[in-house]
Amino acid sequence: MAYSNKVIDHYENPRNVGSFDKDDASVATGMVGAPACGDVMKLQIKVNADGIIEDAKFKTYGCGSAIASSSLVTEWVKGKSLDEAQQIKNTDIAQELALPPVKIHCSILAEDAIKAAIADYKQKHGG
Amino acid sequence: MKLPIYLDYAATTPVDARVAEKMMQFLTMDGEFGNPASRSHRFGWQAEEAVEIARSQIAELVNADPREIVFTSGATESNNLAIKGAADFYHKKGKHLITVKTEHKATLDTMRQLEREGYEVTYLEPQTDGLVTVAMLEAAIRPDTSVVSVMFVNNEIGVVQDIAAIGELCRSKGIIFHVDAAQAASKLDIDLQTLKVDLMSFSGHKAYGPKGIGALFVRRKPRIRLEAQMHGGGHERGMRSGTLPTHQIVAMGEAFRLAKLEMHDEIKRITALRDRLINGVKDIEQVFLNGNREHRVPHITNISFNYVEGESLIMALKDIAVSSGSACTSASLEPSYVLRALGMSDELAHSSIRFSIGRYTTEEQIDHTIKIVHQAIEKLRAMSPLWDMYKDGVDLNTVAWVAH
Repeated sequence: MAYSNKVIDHYENPRNVGSFDKDDASVATGMVGAPACGDVMKLQIKVNADGIIEDAKFKTYGCGSAIASSSLVTEWVKGKSLDEAQQIKNTDIAQELALPPVKIHCSILAEDAIKAAIADYKQKHGG
Repeated sequence: MKLPIYLDYAATTPVDARVAEKMMQFLTMDGEFGNPASRSHRFGWQAEEAVEIARSQIAELVNADPREIVFTSGATESNNLAIKGAADFYHKKGKHLITVKTEHKATLDTMRQLEREGYEVTYLEPQTDGLVTVAMLEAAIRPDTSVVSVMFVNNEIGVVQDIAAIGELCRSKGIIFHVDAAQAASKLDIDLQTLKVDLMSFSGHKAYGPKGIGALFVRRKPRIRLEAQMHGGGHERGMRSGTLPTHQIVAMGEAFRLAKLEMHDEIKRITALRDRLINGVKDIEQVFLNGNREHRVPHITNISFNYVEGESLIMALKDIAVSSGSACTSASLEPSYVLRALGMSDELAHSSIRFSIGRYTTEEQIDHTIKIVHQAIEKLRAMSPLWDMYKDGVDLNTVAWVAH
């Protein structure tokens, strides 16, 4: 299968790989997927006092499209409020990366990862 | 060194230049283009002679009688013809068939079709090393069992089944025994004078011949009968109608002739390269070699790199042509059914790569592959949340995953 140039770029030069200290109060973690399905994404966001995501990091076990989708969303969520980040749609991710139909689930997983991280933040902060 | 490096010889092999040279002599007006079934002129007679020479060359590699070789379009068709043809012909004996879960789809899907037609099929689950035992087979045999089909060499993990012992058991019970030898011919010695095999499938393109040609061995003593699956002019003693593709047959014959001459040297060379590859990657943490260590052919090596997903690994090995134990590259997201049948976890099955070595593989290519594998594993594990969890001592089986 031929990958789009954007997938290859994100795969070869992934943005924001890594982890934050999960015990830091400003950090929230979303982990979605399952090893048995061949995809696990961990997305972490660091939220400042104004409710703005000031940094994001990811680690992903999965195919090139899954890695590219998670790399892309770390770029997209930075600088956004939680509500704005909540609006990111899998279709936007799929379109940006030109994912083929069999890889759409990777973009869905990336959207789920954002939502899971936001939910974790809200839970941590009595939201 | 020319990139990419081809390490997918189990998928297909290039046609040997000597074979291609020979093949080209049977196509054009200047060559021997005749229809081997034409009885009325020299063009036909010459083509027929070429076909019969090729038939002998194929028979010689496996110590069979040339009259026992039926040409087909490939091993898939040979498997279909053998299993459906024997099941149909011997259906009065019974409608129970036995095969193994790790067979090629050409066997499994043929069995599925026979199930739809009213046959019952038992799918043996191999041991975790990929082998089936005679005891397993014996326990599955019933009075109405008519056909057993077991592959010689597994195409994903390279293990070699005990065809001699399975053949003895089948013969003693009067059961027809079919063997898919697509990955075995030219990779190990096959002696059909001693093996109690009734039907054996061969492929041209797995042995440096062209695609689109294969053969089925159909034993004469004791005589095995088949119901034809392709009807027409009654070619191949009525078992497989259709004009014989002289150029492909001649090429397969030449490929098998070369295999007989060169295979023992080639096996030694490939074994050394395989050992070099395994030694080069075995010190990476959490790396597993799949399938029985002893009963295997050297040209197929299947390795699991735990906590790294196979498709991304293949992407990281971009200058190396290998295939994933995981079928993620197709529309299906299922991990390899072969590895699953060995009892391997889904995530380990998703993390598996098949390296298959062949005639044109060099030490330099293997060394480059080892280097690239190390880099890829390091990069992907640094990115893998599962690797972090493993390093933190988390048992992945205890995590409540959200399957999707």
